[in-house]
Amino acid sequence: MQTILSIAIDALAYGMVLFVISIGLSVTMGLMRVVNLAHGAFAMIGGYIASYAARDLGLAYGFAVIIAVVGTILIAIPIERLLYRRIYGAPELTQVLMTIGITFCVIGIANYVFGPTLKTIPVPAELQQSVSLGFRTIAAHRLFAIACGLAVALGLWFLIERTAFGVKLRATVDNAAMAAALGVKTKIVYAASFAVAVGLAAFGGVVGAELLPVEPYYALRYMVTFLVVVSVGGAGSIPGALAACLLLGGIDTTGRYLMPEFGEFFFYLAVIAIVCLFPRGLAGRAK
Amino acid sequence: MTVPTSKDSASSATSDRRVRLRPDVIGVLVIAAAAIAGYLLFPNNLALLTRITAIALLVLSLDLVTGYCGVATLGHAALFGAGAYGAGIVAVHFGMTDPFAMLGFGIIAGALAGLVSGVVVLRAHGLPQLVLSIAIVHLAHEVANKASGWTGGSDGLAGITPDAVFGLYQFDLWGRTAYVFGIVLLILVFVVLRQIVRSPFGMLCRGIRQDPLRVQALGASVNGTLVKMYVISGAVAGAGGALNAISTQVVGLDSLSFTLSAEALVMLVLGGTGSLYGALIGTLTFMWFEDVVSAANPFHWLTIVGALLIAVVLFAPKGLYGTIAAWFAGRKRRSA
Repeated sequence: MQTILSIAIDALAYGMVLFVISIGLSVTMGLMRVVNLAHGAFAMIGGYIASYAARDLGLAYGFAVIIAVVGTILIAIPIERLLYRRIYGAPELTQVLMTIGITFCVIGIANYVFGPTLKTIPVPAELQQSVSLGFRTIAAHRLFAIACGLAVALGLWFLIERTAFGVKLRATVDNAAMAAALGVKTKIVYAASFAVAVGLAAFGGVVGAELLPVEPYYALRYMVTFLVVVSVGGAGSIPGALAACLLLGGIDTTGRYLMPEFGEFFFYLAVIAIVCLFPRGLAGRAK
Repeated sequence: MTVPTSKDSASSATSDRRVRLRPDVIGVLVIAAAAIAGYLLFPNNLALLTRITAIALLVLSLDLVTGYCGVATLGHAALFGAGAYGAGIVAVHFGMTDPFAMLGFGIIAGALAGLVSGVVVLRAHGLPQLVLSIAIVHLAHEVANKASGWTGGSDGLAGITPDAVFGLYQFDLWGRTAYVFGIVLLILVFVVLRQIVRSPFGMLCRGIRQDPLRVQALGASVNGTLVKMYVISGAVAGAGGALNAISTQVVGLDSLSFTLSAEALVMLVLGGTGSLYGALIGTLTFMWFEDVVSAANPFHWLTIVGALLIAVVLFAPKGLYGTIAAWFAGRKRRSA
């Protein structure tokens, strides 16, 4: 019982962190049809900035999170204008190569600037203690990660389903040319959703730093995980991404707890099975 | 009346063939010249040159599915690793240390891996296809890591001692025999592949890359053709893996890694997809560059590869070979 509960809590926290980071990737992939392998690099940049702000400058955790999100978006804007603009609508192979190139560059530069060691982000005392549920205790940080995931899911749902921007976004996803003809400024929609995606990646990178530690190879190590989540969930779908994160987080965590010697064997086996059964993702729409 | 006609057509057929074979002969001569130049210029670095030859086979095999069939994959090292482990396991566990037997088993293992991953990868398109290919190489990596009784796990499969080639040429400390063995293998594979990509089957693959729907409407089986090409590609990658196992006498888990798959794709695109020459040029350039730069600093190497990739995508989307060939073709047209 103890084991099942700790597996469940860890799986939930892990799944939620995955969700916060990869939902941005899912939205941009559904919207701009860009296979963005550099998404994890933005999460990593967020983690580095937060670590620098909280540990070296001694700022409060909340401030560090805000600085990380804003800083990552500021870094991402020129990259989007100079590089991503050129690969919208390009063949997949081109997009893969360009974004792997960006990832490699970010890894190399991060290692040069911050060194190869693991970076910690000091969390406030409230998040370090554990919360008692009566029959057992849970690390407060896990609960915080879960709460962040839920908040992001609700916030995005509200943004996309209930606001004017969401209407324009959905119209552009469905048919960009028609939306543009009806007066939607698709370029602004693209730029705004790219910024939101990058900001969420940075936020997830900071919040999830306890589960996915920040180090130079972060971008490469978890790149595959984020891609897998998006493709299992179906690009552009929030419920799909949420379901995929919880499912894959559950499988991965259970495998690690019960059969650690198998590594990620079950994770990838599940991925192959799910993608073969649902080639367009759990919530993917027919083309 | 009829006699001269048939004679004419026969002679024109042979001259046709000669014209078609001429680029192949030139290609083989260029590879052989480059190989001899490498042997004379870097006699102490033959191990690296043999490694380049083995990776060149992997990149050639990737070119078959990515360049000719248009299947984007980031998991091609699974086929290379299958060949390497196939050759290594028969040598270590079954005592078959004849290099040709090892090569044969490597090719068979690679072809089987190609069949399996072809069937799985071709089930999806676009991003899910990419993810499937990544999942396959990771799964193969985990299996090889877990089955350490057979594969040596993370320590690598050591103790491969291939016999002398034809019982005459021992695999020496300087790697001369391995180098010659590798180059001869590369040339043979190159000649065979040139025939395959020009055959009706190869043309069908190119047709599928351009418009799968139309090929299906013409009555050809799209998936069947692609799986066949995947098996051929697996055999070539398996030959590369076996060559690597024979020459280094050890098989490591890195031969099944995602990194190797991604690097192979980078080499292919650097050289240019859809032409076997591009694969060779890309491999040679990348590996040589890597050897020089990564000796200085491995992290700068990563930054440079990244910048190189971005530059290739932006300024030379056809790759080195494609850009040079287009430039020459343009000059020819202008002068004509």
